[in-house]
Amino acid sequence: MDVELLEIRQHMGRFPPFDGLSDDLLDAIAEQVEVSYFKTGSSILELNETLSDLCYIRSGAVEVYRSQGELYNRLGEGDIFGHFSLLRNHKVRFPAQAIEDTLIYFIPNAVFQRLCEEDDHFADFVELERPRLETAAEQQKKSNDMMVTRIRKLLTRYPVMVEVSTSVQQAAQQMSEAQASALLVLKEGSDNPRFSFKDSEGQTWQMCGIITDSDFRTRIVAEGLSPQTKVGEVVSSRLITIQSDASVYEAMLTMLRSNVHHLPVLYRQRPVGVVHLSDIIRYETHSGLYLVSNIFNQSSTQGLARLAPDVRAAFVRMVQEGANSQMVGSALSTIGRSFTRRLLEMAEAELGPPPVPYCFMVNGSMARNEQSIVTDQDNALILSDEFVPEQHDAYFHALAKIVSDGLDACGYTYCKGDVMATNTQWRQPLSVWKRYFQDWMANPTPERLLHSSIFFDLDSCYGEDHYVETLQDLIAETAPKSPLFLAAMARNALNRTPPLGFFRTFVMEQDGKHNNSINLKRRGTAPMVDLVRIHALACGSKAQNSFQRLNDIGNTQLLATGMSDKLSYAFEFLCMSRLRHQMIDLQEDRLPDNNIEPENVEDSERHTLKDAFQVLSNAQKFLKFRYPMPAQRQGR
Amino acid sequence: MFGIRPRQKITQADWAGYMAQRAQQADSSAIQQFFSTPLPDPETPIAEVPMVALDMETTGLDERRHAIVSIGLVPFTLNRIKLAERRYWVVNPSRPLAEASIAYHHITHSEIAQAPDLDVILDEVLAALAGRLVVVHFRSIERPFLDAAVKARRGEGVLFPMIDTMSLEARLHRQTLWARFRRWLGRPPVSIRLHASRERYGLPAYQGHHALVDALATAELLQAQIATHYRPDTPLKDIWC
Repeated sequence: MDVELLEIRQHMGRFPPFDGLSDDLLDAIAEQVEVSYFKTGSSILELNETLSDLCYIRSGAVEVYRSQGELYNRLGEGDIFGHFSLLRNHKVRFPAQAIEDTLIYFIPNAVFQRLCEEDDHFADFVELERPRLETAAEQQKKSNDMMVTRIRKLLTRYPVMVEVSTSVQQAAQQMSEAQASALLVLKEGSDNPRFSFKDSEGQTWQMCGIITDSDFRTRIVAEGLSPQTKVGEVVSSRLITIQSDASVYEAMLTMLRSNVHHLPVLYRQRPVGVVHLSDIIRYETHSGLYLVSNIFNQSSTQGLARLAPDVRAAFVRMVQEGANSQMVGSALSTIGRSFTRRLLEMAEAELGPPPVPYCFMVNGSMARNEQSIVTDQDNALILSDEFVPEQHDAYFHALAKIVSDGLDACGYTYCKGDVMATNTQWRQPLSVWKRYFQDWMANPTPERLLHSSIFFDLDSCYGEDHYVETLQDLIAETAPKSPLFLAAMARNALNRTPPLGFFRTFVMEQDGKHNNSINLKRRGTAPMVDLVRIHALACGSKAQNSFQRLNDIGNTQLLATGMSDKLSYAFEFLCMSRLRHQMIDLQEDRLPDNNIEPENVEDSERHTLKDAFQVLSNAQKFLKFRYPMPAQRQGR
Repeated sequence: MFGIRPRQKITQADWAGYMAQRAQQADSSAIQQFFSTPLPDPETPIAEVPMVALDMETTGLDERRHAIVSIGLVPFTLNRIKLAERRYWVVNPSRPLAEASIAYHHITHSEIAQAPDLDVILDEVLAALAGRLVVVHFRSIERPFLDAAVKARRGEGVLFPMIDTMSLEARLHRQTLWARFRRWLGRPPVSIRLHASRERYGLPAYQGHHALVDALATAELLQAQIATHYRPDTPLKDIWC
């Protein structure tokens, strides 16, 4: 490589998709680059001109427009454009203009095609939105599958190892010094290839067994053996081991199946550590399962409130370990429901048994199993139709208050819109709830639905589950036949739109304005949830979770083929971004929120987020077209 | 800073005539070839002129005492700088390298020791320049050094028209009324060195003092200057010297 081209390849090597290229490919690009300077305001690509190069911004800034002149994107140093055209017919579809004095590196088409052929990552990057989102979402899933925490993560030190000729007394001393509860016994040679390995000096050893604390009791002291007995004489020949890349779960199964408490962990044939059952239990204590059982062991609101830090710790760990948004969302929802149930149990213990049957309904993100760490409470009470307000309401009001106050104490803040069972309006018998829903669907206006759309995500949390099911059936039956309702919902779903993308350290809006940060819930996940809900209502799906709804939608002809997958990928990516930024907030001791600051967004995340915003934006446009206000409402 | 020797100013009102005359007198075939390759007419719009950015690193600033160490060139037009056609040579200056100049242009003794004499590559250099308008930043280095080096080896020198991005900058920043006013106020003059000039056009900072990188930097600077202060149809005669 000529040193003189370092300038170019080093610059490119810092930006995606070039950052993933091999040195050879980077050299090949730098060799062939052509350079041109564009003054502020001058055109770089004209509509329909024939394009023969990929454009790379070395310095300056560029705006890309749709053919009608609408702003498509604003790009800065290290960004590329023109690849869509190169992948199609080489006619410029999106013209580009320099908005600052700009230096462009042109990468000839032949080089571009070679990069697409030889580097899958590059090809994925420059192809349309879907493949990139798909790849990002799949990578998340893959890393999660692989990572279901490998057992090597639990190892904190090398195993204590002794030779067969060591006396049991010396062995015991070594264990005490190392504070180890087990040691591995080695001998020279390699007659058992399963356990033979070479040490750093090239000598061949094989592991012939393990001696644990309890072996000292049962095999040595109880048998009255001399302290000078060689460990080789007492070591058990039964050797159960596990590979270092096995999951914690597999290790636990192996222990249970073989009834052992210690497992030597091997990397290939070499012992790298020993795990004890207690290591696994300690690990589990930090996980969601333990947390849930702990919730049910609490007997006071204060006790529950003290678990809040554990919830945050479990959340951080899940995100760090690569759980996808569905896993995190459902784990946090399970935890939230557990808090709610425990509070209801405690309330019933305090107030006595309920006078009439009831169902405690959850709404919003908890109903969808999509909770994040930043959440408020949305709930309601569906009472039996035997309910007589004068006789029974005092009980349920008190019950609702205990739960609502308790949830607030545990970090689930009061609902600002007052969607809580403490609100008389949302503490009603089933027949009233049916009327509510019928009325919302039969006489919709966007204004009325603005505050009630949250009830269209509904699930039972405690009590008479079938009350909620009755309502879900009613909705699934009526909504698809209510075009006016769908149109009103669709109009509301367009109130919140995604930004266009990022430009340097700003969020760029559709009109080209800049902002310093973006609320990823308001501008990404929430509009997506709204949009998915409408399609789900239209196809009569009873699913509450957005991914399950998208599955149901995908089984109908409602959207173009592949569209529901595309929306799934985009939604997953938006959710993960939001979760990751909340995790960073927690790690840096800040109050987690839904905002992300562009300077904390990695380059590859930027590009994928932009794609996700684009998918959302297009889907919103389709929504308007798919669920128009019926004719009479347009006053024709 | 090294002092720059005041030199006799070279101006050629009629470059075409001069070149034709030199072609006739030339002894060496490479030089004859160089001078007989026609240059663009002075009236040609700059957008149509094939150009080549040239930069040399030298052991010092005086062509009588110092020598060329490396030569870099990049062919280009107002539209595109063709890196794929770049050329770069390290040559043996046959004069001792001062430590200071090593630090300056990063070419070391061992690289030089293996390098050929300029004479070996001279034909290639002239062929690469022929027919293109040479663009340099500060012609008072490239012009006398190349002329002297060729004269020393072939008995006849080479002189040809150039576009000097530094003198274009000087026209803008040193010779205006405003510049004189600044000087009268005692303000330091605007820097017209390559890096400082590029900065004014929003061009990125490159690792300087490598002949090829500087040639590329010069080509980019000319594109920026034309885009900012001239027009694509500005005739060549307004820019060259």
